[in-house]
Parts: sequence; C-alpha cells; structure tokens
Amino acid sequence: MRTITTDMIIQNIKEMCIEANYELSPDVKGKLFDAADQEENPLGEQILSQLKENLQIAKDDQIPICQDTGMAVVFLKIGQDVHIEGMNLEDAVNEGIRQGYTEGYLRKSVVADPIERVNTKDNTPGIIHYEIVPGDQLDITVAPKGFGSENMSRVCMLKPADGIEGVKEAVLETVKLAGPNACPPVVVGVGVGGTFEKCALLAKKALTRDLNSHNKIPYVAQLEDELLTKINQLDIGPGGLGGKTTALGVNVEVYPTHIAGMPVAINMCCHVNRHAHRVI
Amino acid sequence: MEKHIHTPINDETVAELHAGDYVYLTGTVYTARDAAHKRLYEALQKGEEIPLELKDNIIYYLGPSPAREGQVIGSAGPTTSSRMDKYTPLLLEKGLKGMIGKGKRSDAVKDAMEKYNAVYFAAIGGAGALLSKCIKKAEVIAYEDLGTEAIRKLEVENLPVIVVIDKYKKDLYIRQ
Repeated sequence: MRTITTDMIIQNIKEMCIEANYELSPDVKGKLFDAADQEENPLGEQILSQLKENLQIAKDDQIPICQDTGMAVVFLKIGQDVHIEGMNLEDAVNEGIRQGYTEGYLRKSVVADPIERVNTKDNTPGIIHYEIVPGDQLDITVAPKGFGSENMSRVCMLKPADGIEGVKEAVLETVKLAGPNACPPVVVGVGVGGTFEKCALLAKKALTRDLNSHNKIPYVAQLEDELLTKINQLDIGPGGLGGKTTALGVNVEVYPTHIAGMPVAINMCCHVNRHAHRVI
Repeated sequence: MEKHIHTPINDETVAELHAGDYVYLTGTVYTARDAAHKRLYEALQKGEEIPLELKDNIIYYLGPSPAREGQVIGSAGPTTSSRMDKYTPLLLEKGLKGMIGKGKRSDAVKDAMEKYNAVYFAAIGGAGALLSKCIKKAEVIAYEDLGTEAIRKLEVENLPVIVVIDKYKKDLYIRQ
C-alpha cells in the first residue's frame, strides 16, 4: 500500500492543465512541422507556417496556443495498491483544474447547465474517467478539449454487415462534414466496438495516444495508415482552404462488442491536440 | 490578391473584396460570440437599443483567454461561425458589413450577405497566440457578466484574414 495525498494530485493537475495549453507534446508538434515541410498548396503552406510561428509565440510569450483552452478531460488510472489521503478525489481533481485555469490565465469555457448556460467562471467541473489498474502508482492524463472540433464528432451505430468498409466510410464522411469547422489539420480518434458509450471513450482515449505509434493489432495499424492517406486526399487542407494536410494522424482503438452491433465513434480534434501525462 | 483595409468598411469596399483575397485589417472590430449574439438578437427583435453600432462595422467571433499583466489580451483566435448563423441575417439587415470567424456559413447567411452587401473573412483557427499580437487595444463595452463572451471593442493592426465568402456568394470552402 502506497499513500498519495490529494495535495499532490491537485498540484500535478494544476501544472498539467497549464503545461498542455502552452506547449504541444513532441509527437503532435513534430507532425505539424513535417506537414509544413511537405504541403504544396501555397495558402496551405502559409497557414502551416503561421501555425508553427503560433506555437513559438505561445511558448515564448506565455499566451495559450488557442483561446479555446478546452474543457478539461482527465484520465486517472489508479493503482489498486494506492491509498488516496486527504479530500474527496473528485473534488481534488476539480480543485487542480480550478487552480490551473485561474493561475494559468486559461479561458473559463464551462457552463453549469447545458440549457441555462451560466458560466462557472473557473472551468470546472472537468470530465473525469477513472480506471482501477494493478500497481501502486497514479497515472494521470490531462487532455483539455476544444469544442470547435468536439462539435464535429459523431457516433455511428453500424451493423456487423457494414464491416471494415463501413468503418472507413463513417470516418471519411465525418471528416468531410467537419471540413473547415474542426480547424484542420485535424487529429482523428476512432473507437470501434464496445457499446454506445464505450466506443466514444475509446475514441477520446485514441486522441491521447502518441501520433508516432500504431495500434498493436496489425489490421488496425493498417487501417490507421489507410484512413490517414484517404483523409489527406480529401483536399480539405489547412484551414479548410485546400491542400494535402487535412489530418496529422488517425488513431484507432477497438474493443469486443455484441453479436448484433458495431458501434463506431469518431472524435475530431484540431491540430491543438493537447495532452499532458504524468505518473506519480 | 493581398489587400490592406481600414475599418469600418462601406459597400464600395465590400464590392471590391473577392473570395481568396488575403486581407490585413486595421481599425476597430467588435467581438461577439454565442451568448452575446443571442442577447443582441433578442434585443433587436424587441426593438431595444443594442450596445454597439452595427452599421459598417465588423464582428470578430472571438472569446479570448484572459490577459496577463502587461498584455492587451490573451489568446485571440476565431471560433466556429456557423453557431452564429441563426442570428446573423438580422444583424446584416441592421447594417453589419463584415464577420471574422472560421468554417462554413448557411445559405440563409449567404443570401443575406448578398442582399445587404457584406463579407465573411476567416482567420486561422488555432492560431490565437499569433493573432493576439495584432490586437493593440481591447476594452469590454457590454455584457461584462458573460466573461469571455462579453462584447469587446478591439483596435487591430494588420490582422491577417482571408475572404472566404464574398458578397457575390463565392465560397472558398466549396472547391468542386
């Protein structure tokens, strides 16, 4: 049994909210820089070079990369030999978000009720996903999610007969419909299988996976490559104004499902695909 | 074509802007996004006064992040314009000449842009740090309770935008 205090959790989440909003992880940044070197459309090339410049200004002058600093999505993998001491864990996570968004000059984008829409003014609550895993560590991922792209995401309840071609069609159609709205170049997270809510969670998790990695299942890894190629042939391009850089990456996760179904979720993310990761 | 435009703009300027033009804007623009649009729209429908002059002006669909000490504004890029589509035709009818945002617009908005002579610019989505450098002054002028969604009067200098939809209904996002 190892004790982790909620003070440690608050401090880490606070720092991670700030870190994620001022500097992209090396994989996403690397893909954006590669795309800028390869884009041939003049306007597309110009936009990508401005996005590179934007990242530099964000870091040097401490201005968030994007004004939509997101709703804070937090994944907690809690080792079953961890004892959490202090306050209620959910309150601690939200306190970390509150401190991070306030002290980090991040935008407060959360409303307390979807219909009444009064801003909570501290960006809480976050969206928290808990998982109990073996071990005595706490694995934290903070992924602030912007809503320009979130709004263009979809869940499609496909039939088993639709097969892998159905999955490809659903993904390509979603990216096409999103067009310029999702702030291309985008990152696409896809979840296939499970249930209605499980595939959406898989898609969200897929966005936090390193863009230089592939799914361990060979056919899924191939699907990732094929989808990326096809998406980049859609000529949506940077800013939606044409070019071959429509997506920086496609990550797909799969999960067992029911004999009657094949749920597919496509979680769209802009090029500001933020995620900070720590193990404490 | 590269153009330098001073705001506010009139019908003649709008007539000379074509989809694909790369424009540097200098002058006053106002920010308003979802919640401010809803209030403006409801006030106009009731025949009430609104807190900004629409005639010949440009609205930037923006909710900035907070400014640090010594900064004019925080990150300041465009939000998705289509969420404002419901409210836009009425604002155009009342004299609004330009909009800065990102993403597609509805046919109703395009029709109103043609009818009332207006232009739609896109700024680069996700380049809020870069775009903030073009904002020289920022002042909340209305709806302060809305936080980031309050209406701000901005003074911009060479703000880089692209004409995506012109008053002739040419749309740069449609490329078949």
